[in-house]
Amino acid sequence: MLNLIFYAFAALTLGGSLAVLITRNVMYSAFFLLLSLIGVAALFVLASADLLAVAQVMIYVGGVLVLVIFGVMLTHKPKPETTTGPQAARPNYILTQHRAWLWPLLVAAGLFTAFYSLISRIHFSLFEHRAPFQTSVDTIGKQLMTEYIIPFEIAGILLLAALVGATYLSSQGDRTNNQ
Amino acid sequence: MQAITPGLYLVVAAALFSIGLAIVLVKRHAIVVLMGVELMLNAVNLNLVAFSQYDPVRLQGQMMTLFVMVVAAAEAAIALAIVLQVYRHFRTVQLDEISELKQ
Repeated sequence: MLNLIFYAFAALTLGGSLAVLITRNVMYSAFFLLLSLIGVAALFVLASADLLAVAQVMIYVGGVLVLVIFGVMLTHKPKPETTTGPQAARPNYILTQHRAWLWPLLVAAGLFTAFYSLISRIHFSLFEHRAPFQTSVDTIGKQLMTEYIIPFEIAGILLLAALVGATYLSSQGDRTNNQ
Repeated sequence: MQAITPGLYLVVAAALFSIGLAIVLVKRHAIVVLMGVELMLNAVNLNLVAFSQYDPVRLQGQMMTLFVMVVAAAEAAIALAIVLQVYRHFRTVQLDEISELKQ
């Protein structure tokens, strides 16, 4: 039963990311990325990382993906032939161009083959027993306040710097362009 | 209740990483390339979490995943601000059309 759920969510993750690869519409790929990230959150739950699954849904699905969709819409200028005529009924028709498929797919398939042969060949003695399910919220809270206190503080400073930097970067062009 | 075999996590993460790499290599739209980078980061996180369930006392893998998520959020915000500036300057975000330092 648990294996069935695992396979379902793994298929959701991989299917979503494959659809991002295949589709040409940028908006569709943003929504397929949503599916893939939710699948990863579910896989986190099955690996007894419940806090990280909630953080994944809140940070990626609630934050990064909304930011990505804003980015897609702000960097798109509708062409004149799409605002009138039959194309006007499809306002979200934002296309990406592709490079040649051959070499990227060869590189990716070769990388996966190498990884897969490596994973099927190695033998972790760790994996012989199964880890029991347990909540990780208490331990993460303790670790953040003891062993990882310095990275925790540095992450706060990094987020502040990113906030200020993103605001500065996205506002600067307006003033210089409008002069 | 028994957990999943962690070897399966490694295979899924390897597939996710390869697909993310293919997206980065194939697509020309800057934001779709960023999506590929996010998928690759998620694949690495999946590996870290899969190994971390055997370390319930210190949970080093999950702590690492938490910090990777923080850095990925900061990276996404900064990268999208830069993409916005590139669009204002060049009026396009298709990466192959942006080939000049100055216009």
